[in-house]
Formats: sequence, structure tokens, C-alpha cells
Amino acid sequence: MRARKSVGERIGDGIIYAVMWVVVAVTLYPFLYVVSMSISDPVYVIQKTIWLLPKGFSLKAYEKVFENPDVWTAYLNTIFYTVAGTAINVVMTMLGAYPLSRKSFFARKQVMIFIVITMFFSGGLIPMFLLVQNLGLYNTRWAILLPGAVSAFLIIVTRTFFQSIPEHLHESAKLDGAGEFSILWRIVAPLSMPIIAVLTLFYAVGQWNSFFPALLYLPDVRLQPLSLYLIKVLIQNSTTMMEDMANQSDRSMYVVQLKYSLIIVAILPILAVYPFLQKYFVKGVMIGSLKE
Amino acid sequence: MGVMNIRTEVKQPEASIPGSAHRHPNLFLRFAKNVRKDIQFILILLPVLIYYIIFHYVPMYGLLIAFKDFQPMKGILGSEWIGFQNFSEFFDSIYFWRLLRNTVLLSLYSLIWGFPVPIIFALMLNELKERFFKKAVQTISYLPHFISLVVVVGMIVTFTSPLDGVINIFLGWFGIGPINFLSEPGWFRTIYVSSGIWQSFGWGSIIYLAAIAGINPQLYEAAEMDGARRWGKIRHVTLPGIMPTIIILFILNFGQLMDVGFEKVLLLYNPATYETGDIIGTFVYRRGVLNAEYGYAAAVGLFNNAINVCLLLTANYLSRKVSETSLW
Repeated sequence: MRARKSVGERIGDGIIYAVMWVVVAVTLYPFLYVVSMSISDPVYVIQKTIWLLPKGFSLKAYEKVFENPDVWTAYLNTIFYTVAGTAINVVMTMLGAYPLSRKSFFARKQVMIFIVITMFFSGGLIPMFLLVQNLGLYNTRWAILLPGAVSAFLIIVTRTFFQSIPEHLHESAKLDGAGEFSILWRIVAPLSMPIIAVLTLFYAVGQWNSFFPALLYLPDVRLQPLSLYLIKVLIQNSTTMMEDMANQSDRSMYVVQLKYSLIIVAILPILAVYPFLQKYFVKGVMIGSLKE
Repeated sequence: MGVMNIRTEVKQPEASIPGSAHRHPNLFLRFAKNVRKDIQFILILLPVLIYYIIFHYVPMYGLLIAFKDFQPMKGILGSEWIGFQNFSEFFDSIYFWRLLRNTVLLSLYSLIWGFPVPIIFALMLNELKERFFKKAVQTISYLPHFISLVVVVGMIVTFTSPLDGVINIFLGWFGIGPINFLSEPGWFRTIYVSSGIWQSFGWGSIIYLAAIAGINPQLYEAAEMDGARRWGKIRHVTLPGIMPTIIILFILNFGQLMDVGFEKVLLLYNPATYETGDIIGTFVYRRGVLNAEYGYAAAVGLFNNAINVCLLLTANYLSRKVSETSLW
């Protein structure tokens, strides 16, 4: 049945494959380069002779990074904000989405409008900044956890998912005398593991990568996440940071390589889990793009 | 903001009319009855409601300072009204046109260059017949989306360094440079837009791939019967099939024309590139947060937000007219 491909189509195939390989190369090159720079012998790093694959092998720069107590503080802070923040995010999203998914809830429509409005209008940066100060959250960990406690968009996505849970499960639970909260906890939540996984992933990546709230609300270095440390070292090229990291004698030796190692340290958790969780992320986008 | 308040107030009685077939004499009584009936839902919802009131509606109220000579000691209510003085000060300032131009151009270029890429990428992916290769390309292309802005900008800064950045090493092979990319205003938009495309094209293609997957296979068979080849099928089946998705996303993007990702600009720009890099969002940050000119910065932010809303409404209206596809 299948006709032989014409010359034109085979040329077309060739072009498509070539473009795809270029896309793969362009996407991966920065990562590969950073890895190569971070594990090469520092001599070659300084000579600027590395452009693709590592030359020599040395993990000295990583040792330096992990010897630094500031990096550890920042890293632990990031882990704390990611775990605590994501927990708050997921719980709040479930609590918000459940009543909105129930047709019997009288204020469903009004509350939806109330929430959707915030997707279009916001007070903006300055009123928010003043509010955080007035509430006494400024320079506390709460300033990271509370202002972004839930996303309106993900409430809507989750609500749509909840609506697909069969109605008779609710009814039979009610006949057994279950309250709404225990229905949410014992029936809806266990059936919603796919959406909970998606929520956890989205929120966790967001928290892990976030830097602006910390820049805005956390002047205290001991509370700052890794992202702010990275800004100082990578973007502002703060030399005091470098001096802290590399001691006097071999500072010039490692100063360049330290940056690359730090980048890897910062993205390693994401690179490590990404291949396994990738399909859940895609699933999340699919659920999110469904129109009601 | 004012407009929206009116709308919600109007909406509420409207929504409750269908339920009250018997025209209950006392709305409040009915409300109390409903609350009693749904008290469990309300308790579950309470943390979320409180969150939205405190962290979204209170800041909207806080926007009043845009019309006031705000003194933190006096508070929002105690500060003096000055009408539109903060706004006119902004419109008259020498920065106004520069900020407006930079904001619009940065997102316009992102839209023009960045919008077609995921579509073309999705169409090409769809032509790949080997499932493993296709899957691998997809997985790799989504990866940059998950890398934080700080790391992406950190990589840009490191790669473009005139001393030891790899890009300048490459250019050196051809006897060019070194170019200090991040200190030259002429390069700012190019760097911003191209790194944005690098980070988002793969992820952006997911939605188009989903739309392509939803096209009825019979349409392709019919096209083949009519002698359509690859290009014919793309033009007459695939593209029309994903057109509604393209339009919706274009509207969404167009509606966000003044809503530039200012966090990235904040990381990427520096005083040397203010000429092309400084946008309204970063200006608000500098004047408001760093200089503590709260009222003025809030006014500038409000101006930006107001334009955003107008753009979104216009885009939605246009699309409904043109294609009967709209957001609401």
C-alpha cells in the first residue's frame, strides 16, 4: 500500500532530521560545556582551551564549593523553602479546589470570580512590598512561604480534575455519615494522586528556582536561598564571595572553575529527577490546557 | 480595578436570581441559610479566602497610594491626596518614553521571534517517524524550561564574559572581539530574546503537539486520496487543525505585551544597558523598593497594569470578531 517516497520527500526528511539534530545540540551544548568546565583540570580552564569535552579530571572545584559554609546555609535554606513552601501550596490548592468543584456549594460561582479576578488585577510590587513589611513578615522565612501560598491557575486545574470524580462516591460517603472534609481527605485525595503529583512538581520547581521574593524581602544572608548566592557569585561577580571560596594561594587557579561547579550544584537536583518525572510535567500541561 | 469591583457587585445578585424562584423577601436570610447549609465548604475554603483577601485584595486597596503623597509614618489613609500628580510626574519624566519603548519592543520582539518557533518545532516533530528519536528530542527540548532564571542568566554572564567566556573564545578564532555583550545596549534585546527562545520553545510546543494529536486521522487519509504530499497535508490539514490553538495563544501573548518578564531583565541588565534594557517593571523596582518612592512607583506600576488589562480585553474582543475564538 505504502508508496515509495519521492526524492522530494526524502530531501524533506533529511532537512527535518538535520534541524532536529541542530536543535538538540543547541539545547544541550550549554549544559555539556558547564559540566566539562567544572570537572576539567583547572589548568585547562584557565588556558581557555576547553570548548566541548573535559580535559583532564579534577573535582577540586566541587570540594571548594562544598567546603564553603555559606553555600551549605543557602542550600539548606533552599531545601527548606522548597519542602515547606510546596507543602503549603499543595494543601492550599486542594482546599481551594474542592469546594469549588462541588455543584451543591452555593457560592461556587462568586468565589471563582473572586479568585479569577486576581489573575488579571494585582496591586503590584509596591503595595505588596509595603504589606509584607506591615504584617511583620519582612526578613522572616514567612515572607517566602506566605505571599505565594497558592496559584489561582492551579486551583482551577485541580478543580477541573476533582469534577471528574464520580458523583456516586460522594453520595455513598455522605450516606455513611462522612463530612465534607473527610470526603476530601479519605475519598477525593486518594483518587487524585495524579493531580497531586503534578501540583507537587510544578510548585516544587517554582520554589526551587524562585529568587525574586527573597531578593525583595530577605536582606538577612542567613535566611537567603541558594538563588541569591548564585546571583552574587555568577551575575554580580562578587569578589569577596570568591575570596571566601578559594583561599589566597590558589584563588586565581579556581576562581573561574568555581562558577561552573556552582551552576552544576544548583541544577543537579533538577537534572537528576527530570528524566523520570518529565511525563508528569507534560501531563500537567495537558490537564491545564483543557477548557471547561 | 474600579471597573472590576463594579462587575463583581453586579454579578452577585445576578447569579442568585435563578435560584430564588419564589422571590424570597429577605436576601440576607437566604444567604444565612445557605451559609449554614454549606458551612463545611466555607470552613474548607476559609484559608484560601483569607489568603486572597490579605495577599491580593489588600494590595489592590494599597494602590490608593498611587494617588497620594504617601508617607509610611502616616499610613495609607493618613497620607495626603494628590490626585494624578504621581502619574503626570511619570509621563513628564525623561524616562517615560524610553521605558515605554523598551517594554513594548522587548516583548514585541519576543513575540515576533519567539511565537512561531514552538509551532514550527511541533510541526517538524510531528513529521518524525521514529518514536524513540522523537521522544528523545522532545525530552531534551523541555529541559531548559526547568532551569532557573538565575542559572540561565548566570550562564549568559559567564559565557559572554569578554575575559574567558566561551562565546568570545569562539569569536576569537575568527579574529573578532572580544565583545562585552552585556555592557553594550545594542546587544541587550538580542540576548534577552534569543535566550528566552532557548528556554521556552520546547515547552511551548507541547500544547501544539496536543492539538495536532487531536486532529481526526481521516482528514489526512482524505488529503492523501486527493494526492496531497507532506507539505499539502501540513498546509491543508495540520495548520487549519491547530489554528484555534494558535489564535488563543497569540491573544494571550498579545494581551501580555506590556507584561515583560521583568525578573529576567532585572538579572540581565545593568546601568550600561539601561538605554535598551530598562523597562517599566525594573524602574518600579528601583524607584519603589530601592529608593523608597512608594507612591510614585505604585503609580507607575498601576499605569502598566491598566495597559495590560486594556490590551487583554482588546485582544479578546478582536479575536472573537475575527475567529469566534475567545478566552471568555
